[in-house]
Amino acid sequence: MKIQGKVHKYGDHVDTDVIIPARYLNTAKPEELAAHCMEDIDKDFVNKVHTGDIMVAGVNFGCGSSREHAPIAIKASGVSCVIAKNFARIFYRNALNIGLPILECPEAGEEIKSGDEVAVDFDSGVITNLTTGKSYKAEPFPPFIQNIIQKGGLLASLK
Amino acid sequence: MGMTMTQKILAAHAGVDCVSAGQLIEVNLDLVMGNDVTSPVAIHEMESKGFSSVFNKDKIALVMDHFTPNKDIKSAENCKQVRTFAKEYGIQHFFDVGKMGIEHALLPEQGIVISGDTVIGADSHTCTYGALGAFSTGVGSTDMAAGMISGKAWFKVPSALKIVITGNFQKYVSGKDVILHLIGKIGVDGARYRSLEFTGDGIKNLSMDDRFCIANMAIECGAKNGIFPVDEKTLAYMNGRTDRKPVIFEADADAEYDEVIEINLDALKPTVSFPHLPENTHTVDSIDDIKIDQVVIGSCTNGRIDDMRAAASVLKGRKVADGVRCIVIPATQTVYMQCIEEGLAKIFVEAGAIVSTPTCGPCLGGHMGILAAGERAVSTTNRNFVGRMGHPTSEVYLASPYVAAASAVTGKISCPCELD
Repeated sequence: MKIQGKVHKYGDHVDTDVIIPARYLNTAKPEELAAHCMEDIDKDFVNKVHTGDIMVAGVNFGCGSSREHAPIAIKASGVSCVIAKNFARIFYRNALNIGLPILECPEAGEEIKSGDEVAVDFDSGVITNLTTGKSYKAEPFPPFIQNIIQKGGLLASLK
Repeated sequence: MGMTMTQKILAAHAGVDCVSAGQLIEVNLDLVMGNDVTSPVAIHEMESKGFSSVFNKDKIALVMDHFTPNKDIKSAENCKQVRTFAKEYGIQHFFDVGKMGIEHALLPEQGIVISGDTVIGADSHTCTYGALGAFSTGVGSTDMAAGMISGKAWFKVPSALKIVITGNFQKYVSGKDVILHLIGKIGVDGARYRSLEFTGDGIKNLSMDDRFCIANMAIECGAKNGIFPVDEKTLAYMNGRTDRKPVIFEADADAEYDEVIEINLDALKPTVSFPHLPENTHTVDSIDDIKIDQVVIGSCTNGRIDDMRAAASVLKGRKVADGVRCIVIPATQTVYMQCIEEGLAKIFVEAGAIVSTPTCGPCLGGHMGILAAGERAVSTTNRNFVGRMGHPTSEVYLASPYVAAASAVTGKISCPCELD
């Protein structure tokens, strides 16, 4: 699977409270959550994000609360992939469990900038910055995670 | 090579003799927990994928604590959905208003989690039960759903940081200062994916409520879990709360640790974490005047009886400063009743504080004390991220019940020693 999109770049320790503030956790409807995605650190995100866009960030992305509403909000906002230097562990599980593709790549997280056009090949783990021409290689998923993704999420993989 | 305490619990629950860091394993769960925010997502996920049974109705706990008593119609609908599910599936440990408390104070108090258990909970502070010598960690709603269906979860076996605690507390220093100090030292990702294993002869000087507070905030430095050895205090705490027999695990003498960090309790001072990360720690004696608008004393971190007693010891005979709102939230019905019986509730109300029914409420900006633009709170809770307690420009300073109570009296961030 390949995707291509414009980048929205954030810094280190983007926590789940800013991805989706708790005041909106009285619903789990993806479209309602998406309407408030990132609003406490980037009020314009919901207006500027387009389907297929890519989120890029620094270290410890998704730290804090275990709310699965966070990856749900990102996915429902149209983001096709999150690339970060690394992820907080609960967010990492949640993203894969709901089928939001995420890639760990410290170099890409450092160098890719907001507005860059980036292509990702999930089969090879190759991330290409089409704006600068530079390519990066992310770690491919281990087989058991590939199985979860292929089956369409954790619960589907249990059947 | 020996195993850490966490690795030994995981090995036992995976049915193998030995595990090592980095290994992927599937473990049997003793308890799967969720609350009124995360359970509806799990229930929807489970039912929409066609699952209609749970692995064990006695090993699931559903606690309605975040937006309860329900703050709005949507929250009420969420609780109704969980209530209906609990009834339909015969879930034994369903806690609704009147019986509920904040989940991580409630489950140990009710004897539902004990030493040696392996627990997942759809709440990041599930790591609290490490205080009892259990392996427990936070997960999301889908993992919760899978746990409810199968009674199993997969994990990557963590490596560990060994935290050696020595000495004893000075006056007005408590478990909160230990964990804030540690997070300040290693950072909010300092233990990412790893265990914190607490050890050392200073542990005997930590009350169970200190240990719950410390294990609770293991997630704030990214840890998968934080765990304490089982000692006489642990056994005394569990006595009478459960019919199950606790299983005691100990780290092997030759267990390997990524790092060893020493904390001398004697050297700790009252500590506060500045916005907007728990790692921004300062000792209270080193800061300038910081005026505040609100104080919150409660949460899964610091809403237990030791915390109430500490706050009351400072507020007794004193008044909350003009212009400050002080909100005290005992974490469970039992703690609430103890506050009444011990006269603590009277001390709080006479001081000009309010005493709320148990709820997570303001900790996550849910209700019961939301901050306006630019307002500042001292809170005994666990996170001070942007917008955590309300408006994105509001600020949360994390501190112990002692410091929070003293700050309520002076109207600025203060140590109780300033009032002596």
